[in-house]
Amino acid sequence: MDRRSSLKALLIGGVASGVLVEACQPKEKKEAIAAGNFTIDRQPEEIARYNEVTSKTFFTPHEMATITVLGDIIIPKDEVSGSASDAKVPEFIEFIVKDMPSHQTPMRGGLRWLDLQCFKRFNKAFVDCSAKEQIEMVDEIAYPEKAKPEMVQGVSFFNTMRNLVATGFYTSEIGVKDVGYVGNTPNQWNGVPEDVLKQYGLAYTEKELKECISFP
Amino acid sequence: MGDFQIKKQSKQYDAIIVGSGAGGGMAAYVLANAGLKVCLLEAGAMYDPQKNITQLKNPWESPRRGASTKFRPFGDFDACYWGWEIDGEPYTRKDNTQWDWWRARMIGGRTNHWGRISLRFGPKDFKRRSIDGLGDDWPIGYEDIKPYYDRIDKMIGVFGTNEGLENDPDGYFLPPPKPRLHELFIKKAAVGAGVPVIPSRLSILTKKINEDRGACFFCGQCNRNCSMAKADFSSSNVLIYPALKTGNVDVVANAMAREVLTDKEGLATGVSYVNKDDMMEYQVSGRVVILAASACESARLMLNSKSTRHPNGLGNSSNVVGKYLHDSTGAAMGGIIPGLFGRKRYNEDGVGGMHVYSPWWLDNKKLDFPRGYHIEYWGGMSQPAYGFGWDIQNLNGKYVVNGKQKPAGGYGASLKEDYRHFWGAGVGMAGRGEAIALESNYCEIDPNVVDKYGIPVLRFHYKWSEHEVNQAKHMKETFKEIMHNMGAVITWGDDGPDNNYGLEAPGRIIHEAGTVRMGNDPKRSALNKWSQAHDCKNLFCVDGGQFVSQADKNITWTILALSMRASEYIIDQLKKQNL
Repeated sequence: MDRRSSLKALLIGGVASGVLVEACQPKEKKEAIAAGNFTIDRQPEEIARYNEVTSKTFFTPHEMATITVLGDIIIPKDEVSGSASDAKVPEFIEFIVKDMPSHQTPMRGGLRWLDLQCFKRFNKAFVDCSAKEQIEMVDEIAYPEKAKPEMVQGVSFFNTMRNLVATGFYTSEIGVKDVGYVGNTPNQWNGVPEDVLKQYGLAYTEKELKECISFP
Repeated sequence: MGDFQIKKQSKQYDAIIVGSGAGGGMAAYVLANAGLKVCLLEAGAMYDPQKNITQLKNPWESPRRGASTKFRPFGDFDACYWGWEIDGEPYTRKDNTQWDWWRARMIGGRTNHWGRISLRFGPKDFKRRSIDGLGDDWPIGYEDIKPYYDRIDKMIGVFGTNEGLENDPDGYFLPPPKPRLHELFIKKAAVGAGVPVIPSRLSILTKKINEDRGACFFCGQCNRNCSMAKADFSSSNVLIYPALKTGNVDVVANAMAREVLTDKEGLATGVSYVNKDDMMEYQVSGRVVILAASACESARLMLNSKSTRHPNGLGNSSNVVGKYLHDSTGAAMGGIIPGLFGRKRYNEDGVGGMHVYSPWWLDNKKLDFPRGYHIEYWGGMSQPAYGFGWDIQNLNGKYVVNGKQKPAGGYGASLKEDYRHFWGAGVGMAGRGEAIALESNYCEIDPNVVDKYGIPVLRFHYKWSEHEVNQAKHMKETFKEIMHNMGAVITWGDDGPDNNYGLEAPGRIIHEAGTVRMGNDPKRSALNKWSQAHDCKNLFCVDGGQFVSQADKNITWTILALSMRASEYIIDQLKKQNL
């Protein structure tokens, strides 16, 4: 099903979306995951939950395409790091909405809201708009304090989208490196580096230096 | 049900322990090392920190990036199985009151993930009624428990400093870690507000203390349990597995205790349990039964163990079992320190928890509430997890980023710059205070509800009094002053009277205690000063249940000390053939 016809199907009526979800389900069931597939400790209940969640597909291909485009607008590649899709953020969002069902309606409805807005403006779904049109649309909903009152639902959706994209990105390998988190590794804590203490006009007291653990 | 049968184990144990957390772990350790034969029943799964590992993992190794589930409410990497809700094991609440009940279900219990805050009770904490007329005094004083605290400090290891404070006693401390950057900010700000800030006291080994355990390597992940070095205290790493090495302990995991069995004289003879794996019924027998299932589970077990000799539940002729339930008070506040925006990156994971804290510092005579609280702190550049960067639109329009004032929200390369700019500037603090133990706050058996094993469940009734609400109000006033002095901007927790100043629902702090309290008067207490049931001399309770009051300190160190003391008393009494 191509994107354009899927959008038309969506616009026909509410019943269609259910059909569409069914139609876009992958034919064969995914292989169930066993404990050995995780690199972190898992209880049998947790593995069962994971297999249950991942046995279903929530977003339609059209929705996933929209999420991917939007995600890369929110977190594009820059001189420091890659984009949201480089960090597999769309896949994270597909998982997390199934794991936390409270995200499902705001996301599905928000994506639909976005497409309808684009349809009104450009007679096209969001993903089918030109890059310029997409940015024109995003600018309407990306700035909560500047947005027009009739855009309020879009603002709300974009806030959710920004949250999920940012969380997915900065908890990925690319994102953790980007933000500069350098922990999670054995080391010896010797206190705040000298130059940083100086920067903030701070110093350890004699008592602290005497009592606290120091490493040569 | 032709195949329904109860399997009785022929082996006669010296002691049966129900529960493997701090209290049960210590009892198993002491008794097994004294050569006694011990059967340890645990309602949750077998867990081995050396095999079941979440430590030193990256956020992307969790498909939900460390977010919580009902299986791990403190996050996907947390080392505690289950928590607020357990499938098939409900509990209920009475009269529209609130109580949230945390139940770990695993070897080691909640000690696998706890905050390692290891505070001794002080002399005043055992004699509160004598001081303020509320609650009751303990049947013991600081001098009775001090030798056990001393031994536990040395045996388990705790860092901190001797400050000579009257009600926060000195101990045998390993050197603490130096404060992190935000902790230096906090210290300056708090001291300016008249709030003392001293090195925290956590059971984490900043130095190696024996050949079984290593030293802390500062990954900041104690809540995942120290699989790599066993450098923090968990009952599993430090007590259970070492106790197993003696060959004197049989552990039965997934064993949900149903009832303490008694003979016609009313003495305990053993425990019946359902094995969650095969759903069969079992009985084990022993000379002594030691309850350490957590304050409320131990009370539940006693209340469910009715017999002709104990018609009101085992050891409950006083009718106090389940009553005087109390949790720590808790209220918190968080914000950002604009001075830390755009800060230099370096590894400041440190130990798993705060490097400094504030012990209670005021005189209640000048306050409108009894008892006190201590303050815990957090902040800085911790490992990103689910929730990272959430609602940046509430932040990034308010501050100049690299010389530019931008509108709130946004997207693109400019937004990425914002996330980097604001990261690591967060700060927060929480008060943990002493609530008054009241008879009217209790758990009891719900007459209408059983769990999936057919065991009657607990029903809770709990209301905070004005004392706790006033305490929360005072916490918030203090936090505001500290935040202000720090130049921090409060982003959450600035609560008022409409929500009791953000006072957490009872149970949320997971320090529940008081349900099987000790005392000298058998009419007003369930246990004597040796943690031994007044009504049944070979029944003991060594968890938080035995507490008369719980101080403005976390209770684990005192559970360990009381359990060690009770266990040695049991050894002595068995030798003297009094049990």
